[in-house]
Amino acid sequence: MRYILFISFLAASLFPKAEVITLCNQCEIKELKQAITVSKPFDTLLIKSGIYTCINETINKPLTIIGENLPALDGQSKDEVLVVMSDNVNITGIEVRNSKCGSMKDFAGLRVFKSRYVKIENCVLNNTYFGIYLSDSKHILVKNCKSKGANYGKSDTGNGIHLWKCDSVTIEDNHLEGHRDGIYLEFAKHCYIQNNYCEKNFRYGVHFMFSDNDTYENNTFTNNGTGVAVMYSKGVHMFNNKFENNWGDASYGLLLKDMTNGIIRGNIFESNTVGVTMEGGTNMRFEKNNFIKNGYAMKVMANCRLDTFIRNNFSGNTFDASTNGELKENLFENNYWDKYEGYDLNHDKVGDIPYRPVSLYSVLVEQMPYAVMLMRSFTIDILNRAEKNIPSIVPETFVDDKPLMKMISKK
Amino acid sequence: MFKISKYVIYDILRSKVLIAYTLFLLAVSFALFSLETDGAKSVVSLLSIVLIIVPLISVVFTTTYFYNAYEFIELLVAQPLSRNTILLGEFLGVAVSMTAAFLIGIGIPVLIYSPTATGGVLLLSGVVLTLSFVSIAFFSSVAMRDKAKGIGMSLLLWFYFAVIYDAIVLGILFSFSDYPLDKVVIALASLNPIDMARIMVLMKLDISALMGFTGAVYKQFFGSSFGLLYTMAIMLVWIILPLIVAVRIFKKKNL
Repeated sequence: MRYILFISFLAASLFPKAEVITLCNQCEIKELKQAITVSKPFDTLLIKSGIYTCINETINKPLTIIGENLPALDGQSKDEVLVVMSDNVNITGIEVRNSKCGSMKDFAGLRVFKSRYVKIENCVLNNTYFGIYLSDSKHILVKNCKSKGANYGKSDTGNGIHLWKCDSVTIEDNHLEGHRDGIYLEFAKHCYIQNNYCEKNFRYGVHFMFSDNDTYENNTFTNNGTGVAVMYSKGVHMFNNKFENNWGDASYGLLLKDMTNGIIRGNIFESNTVGVTMEGGTNMRFEKNNFIKNGYAMKVMANCRLDTFIRNNFSGNTFDASTNGELKENLFENNYWDKYEGYDLNHDKVGDIPYRPVSLYSVLVEQMPYAVMLMRSFTIDILNRAEKNIPSIVPETFVDDKPLMKMISKK
Repeated sequence: MFKISKYVIYDILRSKVLIAYTLFLLAVSFALFSLETDGAKSVVSLLSIVLIIVPLISVVFTTTYFYNAYEFIELLVAQPLSRNTILLGEFLGVAVSMTAAFLIGIGIPVLIYSPTATGGVLLLSGVVLTLSFVSIAFFSSVAMRDKAKGIGMSLLLWFYFAVIYDAIVLGILFSFSDYPLDKVVIALASLNPIDMARIMVLMKLDISALMGFTGAVYKQFFGSSFGLLYTMAIMLVWIILPLIVAVRIFKKKNL
């Protein structure tokens, strides 16, 4: 009996039971700082609803922080609000508000630094310069969070979710609005971005820099300054996203710059000034995308090589394509072009004459922008037709030899 | 004046040409709308009809009508009526019937299938184009005594505005593409009623392409409410100016 007691006592002291520490305005513990100090690793902090001052608090041990009825941690615009510097931290149901703004330092609402296995769920970020800032971290989950940027609608604002040197981060079901970039990834590898909604961000919905082997799918990017930008990255997969209503002088649905081995499949590009702009893309594959009602469906620069465009739909675009030179070693095949006027004598559903997506007029506009005044003019129609019959000015190699006669169903 | 217009309208209705024109427009627009499920695309196809066919028919019909009614006009001149009243009455009659034909032929299908702002602008530009080309036709038929010459001149003017002018503009833009042409381009567009009408509809139709760098100037100018006023004012000038010239010639003309 004594042995049993002794052993159980030993076990209890070696593997202490996780305690629940409650935090509320009337409780013994009124501040997060105090709660963190008294807590032991793997404890749970339960924060009741209320507003708590929290200026640059650091979580330095594995804790689970649960908010009840969305309590608010207020940084009072003095510094960052909450910093995680430990593995195995879970944060759920908390509002983080009022971080400091300024360009000297990237002030964040919630910063995760050199940590692994951190989960951030159901959080709301209000008036923070950067929303969630992940750096040097691995295996992080950010789920179902909402963030509205400080300095809404101005250029002086940070990113919604910012990743710096991260690996295996999952970002899903978030709503990001009014930041500089909705989600920003730099040197972030093996990340998975899903079901997010990015709108009205000043610069890009999502911005990749030097981030390889990432996947993003089923996201919606609407009304952002410049849609989505993917730059200097390898092996990025973009599936089933919606890029819409990105209007402006230099606005694109999707901007690709110096990319290799990417796959772009099943996306919808609708009502953008330019659907896709690609500069220096190598070995990119565009498959089953829908380009609808864009100014230009795509601009493919002449420095793109070995790219494949297969089974895409182009309908209702003012211009299907434009380029700035002679495209080499790119393949366009089995796309549907609503401006195609060919015929199909052998009924194999593939048009018998090739289609050239670059019209004479789009070449003219590229060379002398003011010619946009003549858009849809009868004279231009005549010139386009003449050029179509005897191509001499439009790029020789920008051609779909097997255009489809019917639109591919949107699946 | 209104009495003259009334007789003109009766006369036009009796000749059945105008009814054929109305039916043609109706058939074409219904066909376009039923072929294409997307209403906006049909509006694009209708735009080329409004920009090419409508001015052509307006010009040809008005000129032939004027020469056919020449004896009636001679009779009216013998009456105690001012020549002003006679010509304006004739103009009003033709203009009202042409506009009505257009509104029935294209207006009804547009209202049924695509009652959007774009459709509205299309109709407005069509009406204004009809009026200005009726006015231009009056000018050429008053200026030329010979029927063949008159019709020839009308056709030539139509061809100039519909095709040649844009080619000239393209040439100008090509030669001076190194210079800032913002204002020049707006001025060039103002010198052709068909271009004005086209730009009016474009502002609604191709907004995403126009939002690009190249189109920013147009969007800024023609897209603003001042731009809309400017467009309307210029279009009004294109209706009134040829008519005034026609009236002046007609007053001094030795019939």
